[in-house]
Amino acid sequence: MQALHQKVKELLESGKVQVVIGYGEGSGGKSRPVFIRSAADAAKLVWDDRCHQNLAVYINKPEIKKMGKAAIVAHPAAVRTIVQMIAEHQLSSGAIIVLAVENDTLEELTDNSSLEVYAQSHPVLFPPFVVKEIEDIAALSAAERFEFWQNELEKCFKCYACRAACPLCYCERCIVECNQPQWVSVPSHAQGNFEWHMNRAMHLAGRCVSCGSCTIACPAGIPIGLLTIEASRIARTEFGFEPGISCDASSAMSSFRNEDKETFIQ
Amino acid sequence: MKSITHDNLLKLLAGLADEGKIVYAPVRKGQKVFFAPVQNMQPVVFDYIQTTESPKLVLFPRYEPLISFEYQGKEVKVDDPSAAAPAERVLFGSRPCDAMALKRLAEFFDRDIPDALIAGRQKALTVISMSCIKADADCFCTSTGSSPGDICGSDILLTPVENNGYAAEILTGKGASIADRCSSLFSEIPEIRKEQYLAKVEKAFSHEEVRKKLSHAFDHDIWNGASLRCIGCGACAFVCPMCSCFDIQEEGTAKKGSRVRCWDSCGFSLFTLHTSGHNPRHNQSERWRQRVMHKFSYQPEAAELTGCVGCGRCSRACPSDMNLKEQLQDIAANVETV
Repeated sequence: MQALHQKVKELLESGKVQVVIGYGEGSGGKSRPVFIRSAADAAKLVWDDRCHQNLAVYINKPEIKKMGKAAIVAHPAAVRTIVQMIAEHQLSSGAIIVLAVENDTLEELTDNSSLEVYAQSHPVLFPPFVVKEIEDIAALSAAERFEFWQNELEKCFKCYACRAACPLCYCERCIVECNQPQWVSVPSHAQGNFEWHMNRAMHLAGRCVSCGSCTIACPAGIPIGLLTIEASRIARTEFGFEPGISCDASSAMSSFRNEDKETFIQ
Repeated sequence: MKSITHDNLLKLLAGLADEGKIVYAPVRKGQKVFFAPVQNMQPVVFDYIQTTESPKLVLFPRYEPLISFEYQGKEVKVDDPSAAAPAERVLFGSRPCDAMALKRLAEFFDRDIPDALIAGRQKALTVISMSCIKADADCFCTSTGSSPGDICGSDILLTPVENNGYAAEILTGKGASIADRCSSLFSEIPEIRKEQYLAKVEKAFSHEEVRKKLSHAFDHDIWNGASLRCIGCGACAFVCPMCSCFDIQEEGTAKKGSRVRCWDSCGFSLFTLHTSGHNPRHNQSERWRQRVMHKFSYQPEAAELTGCVGCGRCSRACPSDMNLKEQLQDIAANVETV
């Protein structure tokens, strides 16, 4: 943490950046996002196992962008997110300084190739309980799986915290807010909830970097990230797309190759 | 005063469900506790500080049709849900802050043009609340006019006392009708001082002071800093027992459809988007300001009604730790008095 404080102090003092997006002390022992603008406040940053939120969600927030050039404290999943944002033209190369943190290590990543090398050497690692959840659901029959999701999604009141917490859900006007035609039923009844979450999973298929921010954000405790994780697994195994490791990758859902499988069209 | 044992309380609730009343009680779903209709009392939980979703859904559901139509041949059948008698419902396990919120919510929907659906549900609702013997750091009911043993809005208030039982305050005619019909389940005990059993919730700020300061704080810098980490979801509004904003949606086809009222949130970026494309609240600080102002300035000024009961759900639900209590303390401490 001392190295992080020192690095942030240098970046702000030298004027290389005007703001550092990081984690600070929150309420009730939680961490919270903080935006450090002066070297004197660098020591307010924390980095420990409470710091799960994917801070990349703040990179393009207008109020933060207005502050000037930013650096961001990024765990490995956030680094993958930033790579994916560059690949999707949501962030230009070199626009942000990435302070990649993991356990006690800190690396400053300033260009695409260093981001890619870091992301490729830090593959997705699910905590054991997530691996178990995925295995348990995979072992269910289709009818049981449907029932599982029915029970889970029944809790959803459509606050869209999953969407808001996801740095890759960046559409200014989401499909749920388009009403001519109305693609997704707005009320949080079974149909409306299924339509929303299936759409979200499909839109993130091959793009979700499995950071888990949506699951953590869900106030109802729905393991909502499992849907996008599964959609990304299918994109990986069926179409060979691995998100968040290449700054000029194309997208599974918006590109076509002659060798793409068509066995799903039946 | 009356008291009831834990076993008899379960019998009381089961009896009410058997009579055909819809009994809403706290049940655990995954890691969280929600209010849900129960037929038997086995899944009802008692060991929560606060439920995840508030009980406002018993008056103001997540979504509901306001009117529906269906073509039957050449005739159009129109269904007006407010014409039907609402089902008798019992809410069990609401906290005193929740009961106060339901009362204020019903008052809010009764202003100007009374909302028949919500008024009907309130009339048919009996509230059996449970005093708080535990609180957490997010609770601030004593700063917003409630308290861990407040009787406001409850028909019966139970307070856990020794020997696995509850002191029962029968507070209204609705409460008395249940207590009288099921009198064999209650016993008489000498008056007790319930305060000794209640959680201690320190007063964190004065809502009158906050109200005075907010009346001239519209352009204050405090909003910019406060809302930087807000990601603009609706978690705070949707778990709030007093947030009352809704959106109207049309569902269906030309042959069959409904006009549906759905919860909405002032935190959403499109909440105030005009047809012209103009959005008077185009950034999150303006939306966060609206949330705080509406609850602690506009509503109190307009109707002597604070739009918050200090249940703390928003702070527990927030993915970015926008702690409302802390923000209000900040306003009380750092906004100047004119």
